Amino acid sequence: MTLAPSTNNVDPLLQDIVGPTPGQQLRRRFFGHRGLMIGASVVAVLLVIALLAPVVAPHDPYAQDLLARMKPPVFLGGTWEHILGTDHLGRDYLSRLIYGARVSLLIGFVAALISGTIGTAMGVAAGYFGGRTDAVVTFLINVRLAMPVVLVALAVVAILGGSLQVVIGVLGLLLWDRFAVVMRASTLQVRGREYVSAAQAIGASTPRILLSEIMPNILNNLIVVITLEMAHAILLEATLSFLGLGVQPPTPSWGLMVSEGKNMMLFEPWLVLIPGAVLFVLVLAINLMGDGLRDVTAPENRS
Amino acid sequence: MSQSDTPVLELRNVTKTYSVKQGLFGKSKPLTAINDVSIKLARGEVLGLVGESGCGKSTLAKILLGLEAPTSGEVLVDGQTLGGQDRLALARRIQPIFQDPYSSLNPRKNIYDIIALPLRVHGIGDEASRQKSVREILDIVGLPARVMNNYPSQMSGGQRQRVAIARALIMKPEIVICDEPTSALDVSVQSQILNLLNELRQEFGLTYLFISHNLAVIEHLATRVAVMYLGRIVEEASVGGLFDAARHPYTDALLKSVLTPEPELGIPDTHLGMSYPNPIAPPEGCHFHPRCPAASDLCKSKRPTPLFDPNGRIECHLHSP
Ligand SMILES: Nc1ncnc2c1ncn2[C@@H]1O[C@H](COP(=O)(O)OP(=O)(O)O)[C@@H](O)[C@H]1O
Ligand SMILES: [Mg+2]
Repeated sequence: MTLAPSTNNVDPLLQDIVGPTPGQQLRRRFFGHRGLMIGASVVAVLLVIALLAPVVAPHDPYAQDLLARMKPPVFLGGTWEHILGTDHLGRDYLSRLIYGARVSLLIGFVAALISGTIGTAMGVAAGYFGGRTDAVVTFLINVRLAMPVVLVALAVVAILGGSLQVVIGVLGLLLWDRFAVVMRASTLQVRGREYVSAAQAIGASTPRILLSEIMPNILNNLIVVITLEMAHAILLEATLSFLGLGVQPPTPSWGLMVSEGKNMMLFEPWLVLIPGAVLFVLVLAINLMGDGLRDVTAPENRS
Repeated sequence: MSQSDTPVLELRNVTKTYSVKQGLFGKSKPLTAINDVSIKLARGEVLGLVGESGCGKSTLAKILLGLEAPTSGEVLVDGQTLGGQDRLALARRIQPIFQDPYSSLNPRKNIYDIIALPLRVHGIGDEASRQKSVREILDIVGLPARVMNNYPSQMSGGQRQRVAIARALIMKPEIVICDEPTSALDVSVQSQILNLLNELRQEFGLTYLFISHNLAVIEHLATRVAVMYLGRIVEEASVGGLFDAARHPYTDALLKSVLTPEPELGIPDTHLGMSYPNPIAPPEGCHFHPRCPAASDLCKSKRPTPLFDPNGRIECHLHSP
C-alpha cells in the first residue's frame, strides 16, 4: 500500500497561504511607526554628519583664534563666518559640535557593543543552563547593581586618567547589567518553547540551539536594550566630561563644551545651551528609536 | 524475528523528582512527577497513555526522549540503557510530536529550514538531496511543496502540526512519542491529524507512545492503554479489555467522562467531585482514595501493590490478590 495523501486529509485552508512573512510584517510595522521613524531619521542624520565631519565642518575644530573669542552665533547677531559663534579660545563652535558628535556616537556605539557582548553572554547562559550558572550570574548582576555607576566610573577615570579609550572601556565594563537581566529573562522564556525541545530531541548541539533557535527569537529585545544603553553611555560620557574626568581637552566633546561654557553661562548662555540641546536631541532620538523598536517587535503585536 | 520479545523501549522503575520552591523565601520541596513507573513498548504497537493534566505524562515523554534524566531507574532502548547510547543515534530512532504546534515551530525559520534541521544536524545528504527529502515528506504529510518558503505564522494549526509531523518523520525513526498531538487543534482538524498519524504508522511500521488526556482519542489509535494517576500507572490493559471491563475506579471515571457530549473540548469532566490533588503533598495510602467512590479504610492507610496478570496490570485494593 502506498500512502497517497488522500483528499479528505487536505486542510481546507491549504489553498490560500497568502499572509505576509514575518519579515514583511515587521517592515510594514517598522515604517508605519511615527516615533520610530522620527528617532531613526534624526540618528541617521547625525550619524552621517559625524562620519562626514571633515567634509561638512566649516573650520578646523582645534584651530584657535584669540582675536575672535566668544563671537555670538548668527541668530544672536554674529556673522556667517562662525554660524554658531566661537568658544573662549576662538574655536568655531559648529565645527566642534560636529566633531563632538563623532565622540558621542563612537562612545555610545562601542560601549554598548562591549557591554552588550558581556551582558548577552551572561544572560543567555544563565537563562539556558539555569542552576548554578544562573545563581552565579544573578549574583554578579546584583553586585553590579549595587555599584553606583557614576562614582565607580569617576574613581576609575581618576586613577587611570581620562581618555577616549578609558571612558569607553569603563562604560563598556559597567553597563552590561540591563543586557544580562533582559537577555536572561528572554532566554528563560524561549527555552521553554517546544521548538527548543524539538531541536534537543533531534540531537542538535548546544551552540547550535543557542545560535539558531534561541538567539533569533530574543534578538528583538537585544536591539531595544542596545539603543537604550547607547543613550545611557552617551549621557554618562557627557557627565564624566562635564566633571572633568571624561574625554580630555582639546578633544571636542559635548559634555566638555558644556563644562567649558558654564563659567560664562550667565553672560553667554548659548555656550551651554547649544551643546546641551544637541545632546538632548540625540538622546531623545535614540530613546524614541528604542521605544519604537520595542513596540514594533513586541510579541503581543504579533498576529 | 527473534528479538521481537525485547521491547524497543522500556522504563524500569523510573522515578522523576523535581524540587519546587514555594514562594520567595519558601523551602524547596520535592515534587514526584513520575513515581516508580515501569512500562514496555513492543515493536509496532501503539501504547496509549492517558491521565488528567499534571499527572506526569509529558515528564514521562521527556524521559523517554532523553530530554530529562530520571532521578532513579533506567530507560532501555532495545534492551540497552539509555546512558550508553549515542545522543545522535538515539535521535534517529526516537522522535517527538508535541502538543502545541504554535510553540513547536521556530517562528523565525521557514518551513524548509524547520523540516531540514534533522538532516543538517545529522549531516545527511547535500542541499539538493535534502530539498528532495523535504518535498517527499511534505507530500506524505499532505502539504504542497510550495509551503517550504512559508513561515509558521502564515499557517493554520493543522498545517503546522503536519509540519511538525514531517520534521519528526524525515529521518525515518522507529518510535514516535506523540504528546497530546491533537489537543491544541480545532475539533474539525483533530480527526484529520489522527487519521494521518494512523496511516503513517502503517506505512512506516512505526511504534507510537500516544499520550492524551482523552480516552476517546486513545480508543481511536491505541492497541494497549496505560492509565496514569499522580505519577503512577494504575491500570494497564489492551484497548478492548479496558473499554469493555475497566477495573480501576479511576479508569471507570475517565470512561464515563468520554460519554459526555463533545469530550474533545478541553479536559474531560471526570465527575469525581474533588479536584486533582496537589502533587507536592499526595494523599496517604492509595493516591486516588479521596476521589474514589469505592474507597475503604484500607485505601486511606495502605498503598496498593500492583497486580500483574494476563490482562495487564492493576493497582487497586479492590483487585488485590
Ligand atoms: N521542570 C519542572 N519543574 C518542576 N515541576 C515540574 C516540571 N515539569 C513538570 N513539573 C510538574 O510535574 C507534574 C507533571 O507534569 P507533566 O508531566 O507536564 O504533566 P502532564 O503532561 O500529564 O500534564 C506537574 O505537577 C508539574 O507541575
Ligand atoms: Mg503534558
